[in-house]
Amino acid sequence: MRHRLTKKSGNFSEWLIQKLLLLAGISSMLIMALIFVFLFKEAVRFFFTANPFDLIGKWVYDDWEGHYVFKMMWQSISEVPKYSLIPLICGSLLVAFPATVIAGVLGLGCAIYLSELAPSKVREILKPTLELLAGIPSVVIGFVMLAFIATFIQNTFHTKFRLNAFVGACGVALAVLPIMITIAEDAMRAVPKDLRDASYALGATKWQTVWGTVVPAAVSGISAAIILGFGRALGETMIVLMATGNAALVTGNIFSSVRTMTANIAAELGSVAQGSEHYYALFLVGAVLFTFTFVLNLVSEIVLNKMRQKLRM
Amino acid sequence: MKTTRWVIRGVLVMALAAIIPSAFAAKNITVKGSDTIVVMGQKWAEVYMQKHPEAAIQVTGGGSGVGIAALINGTTDIANASRKIKASEMDKAKAAGYYPEEFKVAMDSLAIVVNASNPIKELSLKQIQGIYMGNINNWNEIGGPNQPILRYCRESSSGTYTFLKEEVLKNKDYAADCQTMPGTSAIANAVSKDPNGIGYGGAAYYIKQPGVKILSVKRDDKSPAINPVKADGTLDYEAAWSGTYPIWRYLYMYTGFKPKGEIKAYLDWIMSPEGQKIVEEIGYVPLKLKK
Repeated sequence: MRHRLTKKSGNFSEWLIQKLLLLAGISSMLIMALIFVFLFKEAVRFFFTANPFDLIGKWVYDDWEGHYVFKMMWQSISEVPKYSLIPLICGSLLVAFPATVIAGVLGLGCAIYLSELAPSKVREILKPTLELLAGIPSVVIGFVMLAFIATFIQNTFHTKFRLNAFVGACGVALAVLPIMITIAEDAMRAVPKDLRDASYALGATKWQTVWGTVVPAAVSGISAAIILGFGRALGETMIVLMATGNAALVTGNIFSSVRTMTANIAAELGSVAQGSEHYYALFLVGAVLFTFTFVLNLVSEIVLNKMRQKLRM
Repeated sequence: MKTTRWVIRGVLVMALAAIIPSAFAAKNITVKGSDTIVVMGQKWAEVYMQKHPEAAIQVTGGGSGVGIAALINGTTDIANASRKIKASEMDKAKAAGYYPEEFKVAMDSLAIVVNASNPIKELSLKQIQGIYMGNINNWNEIGGPNQPILRYCRESSSGTYTFLKEEVLKNKDYAADCQTMPGTSAIANAVSKDPNGIGYGGAAYYIKQPGVKILSVKRDDKSPAINPVKADGTLDYEAAWSGTYPIWRYLYMYTGFKPKGEIKAYLDWIMSPEGQKIVEEIGYVPLKLKK
């Protein structure tokens, strides 16, 4: 009697647990789909009232110049609101690219050291330290950049703007460094020992083995780390909000103040009237940002899969 | 037997659910809005609740626009605003069935600040307008050193941003290279470290800030330059009351309807000498009390 009961309830709980886990498993997919639908549903409504051409620029009468000027500006609070995405995309790229380069160089070096050279005792200290770095809230990094590093950079490079894209990029590099190191190191550790042994057997030194065998074998994993890092750098908000000065300028100067897409949304969404053109414009910026990072993540996923297949062979 | 136990539990839970909110809702006032007012609002609430232990007042910030939006959505009783309610917001409120009432609760002188090393001591309203619109780009155009002017601004959700745009820029656009900072403290920090910077914000905040200088402002070329701060380092109330210092504003509280009961008592207390004393303590300009 008792035996039968437990079996029955066992079956039921088994079924329940399986269904719950299924729900948990697909929840990320569901959430993703919901965000996707909601974001684009709101963003599309921008075009109900505005001209798509406004996203590039607008002809505006300039009192000072005395004639019409083509302005590529983001100026949402104005008699003639201007919603050009050009300065924001400029800003985002001008922060994310240098950040990825800085984090890439540092991160690759660190990953090589960790996976190939570091004695296990050093590893035991370095790995938790990296996790600590990953745990620093971005607002703290932003504050340190704003208060201290910005002055140092201005004195070193004699820049016009104290808060500029480069200061932001340095901060964002710190934020993406841990994720880059972790993925790149995993990729290098996944390289089979046989390959290394073969290299040593041919008389290669340690460095030759690392640079000539391990890194090329792990190159897709390393590229995935860099692409993911770039995506994360594009999405970083608090650091850039605090450290880049947020002037929406169309510029290629890395020492100029810039406004990124993320900082723009964070700064303006607080008080925007729901359902206004400005509101939908901000969602549109969000949708563009989402598309950027979505494509980057997709590419890195494909690259990582390629690597896994290659190493399995 | 089992069912009765469940019924009793159910009844108990329902009774609790009915009692708890009504016990708290009786004298619960929520206040939301301008970050400029949030510290003062919390101090008001704190002192008021000490005197009236039965009242529960909850004060949060978020910005003037956020507070008024909350008033329209019905999620707050009182909205703090460092600017007047906009016509569009008024229409929305009326569409939602509210009739916002306005209360002037304090005054605020807006200071224009530069780095302490900057030789400039005074500017006219026109010069400030020129600087923030991007028509004046070098300090030597207004009698300073040959250095570029770096403009620091608040973000567009801030009441201070709107106030300067309306009162000083005459509703023209800010220059594109204005650097928007999240908060007055961020502006103070930036200007104190940037020899070519210029910024703005509530005058009281800058008095205690090292490395920044509060400029005197002239209404036009003929009028005298007035500083919002007296020589002894206290706010010049007279200058704001009489309007000789040209950049000042009221700070407002809005209610959804004509206030009554607990909310009315609270607002009356804020505008009384006792409430205005706290305005002075926090560092704003109190209302000129009728004698």
